[in-house]
Amino acid sequence: MTEKRVAIIGGGVAGMQMAIHLKERGANPVIIEREPTLGGKVAGWYVLFPTFTPAEQVVAPLKQRIAELGIEVMLDTTVTAIAPTCVTLQHGQLLRCDAVALCSGSTLFDARIKEEYGYGIYDNVYTSADLEQMMREGEVRMANGERPERIAILHCVGSRDEKVCQRHCSKVCCVTGVKQAIELKRMMPQAEVFNFYMDIRMFGPGYEEMYREAQVAHNVHFVRGRISEASPLSEGRLQIKAEDTLTGRPLRMSVDMLVLLIGMRGNDDNLPLATSAGITLAENGFFHPRNHFLDNVESERKGIFMAGTCSSPKSIGETLCEATTAAERIINYLNRSNKA
Amino acid sequence: MASNFGFSISKPRVIDIDRNNLRKSNEILREMPELQSCIGCGSCTASCTAGNLTSYNFRKVHTLVRRGEYVGAYEEMNKCMLCGKCRLVCPRGINTRKVAMLIKRKLGDF
Repeated sequence: MTEKRVAIIGGGVAGMQMAIHLKERGANPVIIEREPTLGGKVAGWYVLFPTFTPAEQVVAPLKQRIAELGIEVMLDTTVTAIAPTCVTLQHGQLLRCDAVALCSGSTLFDARIKEEYGYGIYDNVYTSADLEQMMREGEVRMANGERPERIAILHCVGSRDEKVCQRHCSKVCCVTGVKQAIELKRMMPQAEVFNFYMDIRMFGPGYEEMYREAQVAHNVHFVRGRISEASPLSEGRLQIKAEDTLTGRPLRMSVDMLVLLIGMRGNDDNLPLATSAGITLAENGFFHPRNHFLDNVESERKGIFMAGTCSSPKSIGETLCEATTAAERIINYLNRSNKA
Repeated sequence: MASNFGFSISKPRVIDIDRNNLRKSNEILREMPELQSCIGCGSCTASCTAGNLTSYNFRKVHTLVRRGEYVGAYEEMNKCMLCGKCRLVCPRGINTRKVAMLIKRKLGDF
C-alpha cells in the first residue's frame, strides 16, 4: 500500500491504539489531539477496575509505541470539520487524508448542574474524577486536611436523568464506584463507606466479584436509593437524604465527604463535526455507528470510522478492542480504494 | 374527650443513621459478613411460608437491622419457622437461617 494517510481525531487510548495498528499495517496515521498531551481521560485516572492496574500501565506503553513508530502527533490542535478526504483544523487549515477516524471520546458530566448535591458550593463534595486525582496524589483528605471517617458515594450523577437531558446509562460509573469504595477502605479501614445506587450494573468480567468483595471483605454499605439533596452541617460535614427503598423508609445521615460518580456525555462539538461530515448523531448526543452489529465502527458515511467513547460510554478494554477493529476496517477500506 | 381534636403526633419514619447505634449491627456483620452481600432480590421473602401467611418480611427486617433499626426485629424473626427454604433459594448463598438465629440472639433485648 502506498502510504495512505488516516486522520485520527483524538489521542486518548482509542486514538493511540488505532494509530499503532494502522502504522504497523503500513498506513500513515496522524493523531490530532486537542489537549497538550496524549492519554485522554485515562491519563487522569489512578487505578483501573477490576484489577486495580495503574492507569499509567495502559497509557505509558501506548505512548512509548507511538514514539517508537514515529507516528505523527499534532497536539493543542482542534478539528472544526471533517470529510472522508479532509479535516479542517483550527484557523481553517486543511489536512488532506484518505480516511478519518473519530476517537474523540466523551465529556465528563458537569456535577455543578446537579445543584442539589452542592458540588462547587460546599466543601467536601467531590466527583469521581476528583477522587482519582486525590488518589494519584497519594491521600484522600477533607478540605480541612483531616481524614474523612464517613464517605457517601452516589451513583448515576448525570446519567439516567431526564432532568439534565442525560437519559443514557454511563455504564462504567457503577464499577468505578465499587472500585473507589474498595480503594477508600484499603486506605482507611476505619472509615465507613456508603454507596447509594439505583441499580448496580456489573456488566464485565470480574466486576460482580469485585462488588461482592466490597460488600463482604470491606463491609461497604450499599443503599438502594438516590440521594435527593446534600446540605451543609458544621465543620464541613454534609447531611444527605435518600429513601432506603429496600425498607421503604426515608433515610438521612451526615457524612464527611460526598463523592459523585459523574457520567459520560457526548462532546459539545459532536454536533458541528457530525453536521460537517453529513452524518447524524444518536439521540443522546454521541456519534452512532452505521449499525450496532456488523458495521459497528463505521459511520453512515464511507471513509469515516469511529472507536471508543465517542459513540457510547464504554470501558477501556472495550475501547481498545474497538480501536483495533476500526484499524482493520480502515485498512480494508484503504486497500479497496487503492484498487478502484 | 374534650382534649382530643382527632390529631395525634406521628413518630418520624426516617432512618437516622447518626442517631442509630450501629454497634449491634456491626457485631452481626462481623459475625456474618456475607449478610452484607444481600442484593435485595426478595427470593427469601417470596419462598417464605411465614411471609406468605403474615406480614413477616425477612429481607426487610434484616435490612432494617443493618441500618440500626432494631425495634421489633426480635419479634419479627420469631415468626420464622426455621424451615430453611430461603437458604435454598438465596442467589448470594447467604445462610439466611443463621441470620434469623443471629438476629434473635443479638437483639433479644430490643
